[in-house]
Amino acid sequence: MSSRINWFKYASPQTFYPLARTLAGGFGLLAAVFCVVGLYIAFFVAPTDQQQGEAYRIIFIHVPAAWMSMFIYLVMAFWAGIGLAFNTRLSGMMASALAPTGALFTFIALWTGSLWGKPTWGTWWVWDARLTSELILLFLYFGFLALQAAIDDPRRADRAGAVLALVGVVNIPIIYFSVKWWNTLHQGASVSLTGAPTMAATMFAGMIIMAFAFWFYSIASAMMRVRCIILERERNSDWVAEHLGSRA
Amino acid sequence: MNWGSWSNFFAMGGYALYVWGSYAVAAGLIVVEIVLLVLRRRGILERLGGKG
Repeated sequence: MSSRINWFKYASPQTFYPLARTLAGGFGLLAAVFCVVGLYIAFFVAPTDQQQGEAYRIIFIHVPAAWMSMFIYLVMAFWAGIGLAFNTRLSGMMASALAPTGALFTFIALWTGSLWGKPTWGTWWVWDARLTSELILLFLYFGFLALQAAIDDPRRADRAGAVLALVGVVNIPIIYFSVKWWNTLHQGASVSLTGAPTMAATMFAGMIIMAFAFWFYSIASAMMRVRCIILERERNSDWVAEHLGSRA
Repeated sequence: MNWGSWSNFFAMGGYALYVWGSYAVAAGLIVVEIVLLVLRRRGILERLGGKG
């Protein structure tokens, strides 16, 4: 007798499909709540920055979006690697489901960074290590999506995408440590895993809550997308026919 | 943070273009992603003969 949850139960698309719906709903709701609280703190609690005035308020979406752009890539590469190693169907679907949301947050990080750079640095863009490596991350996401779209057989597309995703992982530490390794116009980290944040407590709280909002949103959107991918790829299976029949 | 008035709030201390430009594009893209996901699901269900 074992009371442990059998996680492998959810390793097949058929059993994961209904769980993904629950996860999408739950995390979608959490994302909305955290977003409302986070934005309230961002605009009505956090004080004006002494040096940057109100322009600094971009931080509440810029930093969380940049974190998510890197984190989603790592999760995507993780699932791609699992799929490559164990040839599990759902892993490749998870990687494909995460890529568009990762690209979205990468673009948001670059866009908000540009709009923050103009008033504070005097330029929309500069080819420094942090900005360039983040742009490369966007191209890695686009490359992954384009490569998968170009291959008709989904299992082959998964394997090709997985190789690209795993090779691209090398870019993540480059982005993260770029502000330490090179002399960049982009500032160093205000928040690190090892030290206390060098910012006001309410600013930090708003940023962390927005990071959770983006994280929960990423889970919800990836779950919605993986449900689409499961239906598309398993459309000829009995369980999908049965599932659709029961809805009709 | 007390803004005093809504016009002060929207002015963002002179940085309205940058702050609202950031938030509007981020919110817009997230809404677009959600709409595309809903449309994708509807399209699949229509093609496969399910309802809703």
